[in-house]
Amino acid sequence: MPRRVAMIGAGMTKFMRRANDTPKEMAFEASKMALDAAGLELKDIESVALGTAPDAFDGVHMKGEYLSDGAGSFLKPYTRSFVGGGTGVFTGAHGWWHIASGMFDTCLVVGEEKMSSAHPHPQGAFLTIFDNLIERNLGPNLVWIFALEMNRYMTKHNIKKEDIARVSVKNKGNALDHPCAQLGMKITVDDVLNSETLAWPVQRLDISPTSDGAAAFVLASEEVAKRVTDDPIWIEGVGWNVDTTIWTNRDLYYPKYVEYAARMPYKMAGIHNPPKDIDFAEPYDPFDYKELHHMEGLQLCRKGEAPILTREGVTARDGDLPTCPSGGALGVGNPIAATGVMKLCELYWQLRGEAGKRQIPKDLRTGVAQAWGDLMQVGTVVVMRR
Amino acid sequence: MSKEYPGNPLNSKDFKKALKTKYVPTAEYAWSAGHAINRFLTGLKEGRILGIKCRSCERILVPPRAFCEECFISVDEWVELKDTGTVNTFAISYLDTMANRIKKPLLPAVIEIDGAGGNGFLHMLGEVDPKKIKIGMKVKAVWKPAKDRKGDITDIKYFKPARGGV
Repeated sequence: MPRRVAMIGAGMTKFMRRANDTPKEMAFEASKMALDAAGLELKDIESVALGTAPDAFDGVHMKGEYLSDGAGSFLKPYTRSFVGGGTGVFTGAHGWWHIASGMFDTCLVVGEEKMSSAHPHPQGAFLTIFDNLIERNLGPNLVWIFALEMNRYMTKHNIKKEDIARVSVKNKGNALDHPCAQLGMKITVDDVLNSETLAWPVQRLDISPTSDGAAAFVLASEEVAKRVTDDPIWIEGVGWNVDTTIWTNRDLYYPKYVEYAARMPYKMAGIHNPPKDIDFAEPYDPFDYKELHHMEGLQLCRKGEAPILTREGVTARDGDLPTCPSGGALGVGNPIAATGVMKLCELYWQLRGEAGKRQIPKDLRTGVAQAWGDLMQVGTVVVMRR
Repeated sequence: MSKEYPGNPLNSKDFKKALKTKYVPTAEYAWSAGHAINRFLTGLKEGRILGIKCRSCERILVPPRAFCEECFISVDEWVELKDTGTVNTFAISYLDTMANRIKKPLLPAVIEIDGAGGNGFLHMLGEVDPKKIKIGMKVKAVWKPAKDRKGDITDIKYFKPARGGV
């Protein structure tokens, strides 16, 4: 039997278009804040789990090793995990098994990304995601995969663009209440629909920004958690899954791998009826339609139903099933691995009632966070409970 | 949750003034195509689209691979497919490969190759009004002249609407 694992402190930097701080400095700031929040010092930390995206973004080889000092791992057992855009939420699983296995009693978990170093933008680094033998010579652009997936999803369920745009309006609006947000904005559905078309159906305001930032949290065994806090938040389940890179042989309208990733923590946490048993969610929203796609993969609604719930206000912060109360990647910003960690921090702050102006106005017991990535193929899911 | 969050954003003007170091990587790669894609690309050079059949699950795999990832067995039963198919999904891209804005859109699409049970590959659409592209549209490959083909995915110039298609 795995041991119970608690989150006992969280921290993050501002998410920024362009930070003066180095990646290592940002990792340090977020880690230090998480330790302070937990009331621990670095000497109390037995292991460190880091998540960060490809080295090519930063142009720093062995980025895990480069970041290690900033992540508080000087002369400690340290590993970097990486599953593309799914990395940030995966660190919840990565850290969890350090404690659940009985091997360590404390683990500092850190996510960091600095995307502004690649000039003029990280497009060149993203391009290498496409198949080197039969795709790259077609001259693809990263936005294509989203446009192709979004079009398939919209067409399959006959979804209107304005029902997708509502996600962007909601999340950027929620982010106005987040003190770290890069892109909190009050916008309308028309603003999204009138924004520049990049690769139809994707328009400018459908997309999260590129960002710099870091986020971190501290995990502890039950024994340590009960000693240092009266209000631990439990990681009740973790899951992850990957589909094939041969993405043109799959129907992109539905993320089966997210469903499979979600079924793991749901089983661990005894969740049988996700829309009823889960109080709020932080699905990964690098594009507005992705939040909807992921709600369906997470079994929070039926296939094709997420846009309707959004239109009806169910997913608003004061709705029955709030999604991305933080403001998400669309509003807070999207420093890839740090975004997923931010989502886990948001579950923690919401469940403790410490989310300030972002606090969901109802009793919260269970939340789920999810991230997604690589060539539309990775799902990572964590369930937390107070 | 504490009130002060660390981080020092730079605006464009400050960024210009900030001390920086710079580096432009020079990294070149040459990838061998492997067993399955070698044959696939050779087929394209000959003006043919080849798939490979898994004897266990009986799927026609396009793009072909040396093994079936589901059954986890080697596959070697090559089948020649038609050069026609169906648009599975598409985009109208005003961004080129380096995200520069372009006026005449690129039209990437996933093409389900006829006879492959819904499987297919990424390619481009051409000779079509972007406004008239529909998912489910029937299309046909437009090949480069034989002398210009070199065993590359671009030996097919693009797919165009098949006659009487849509």
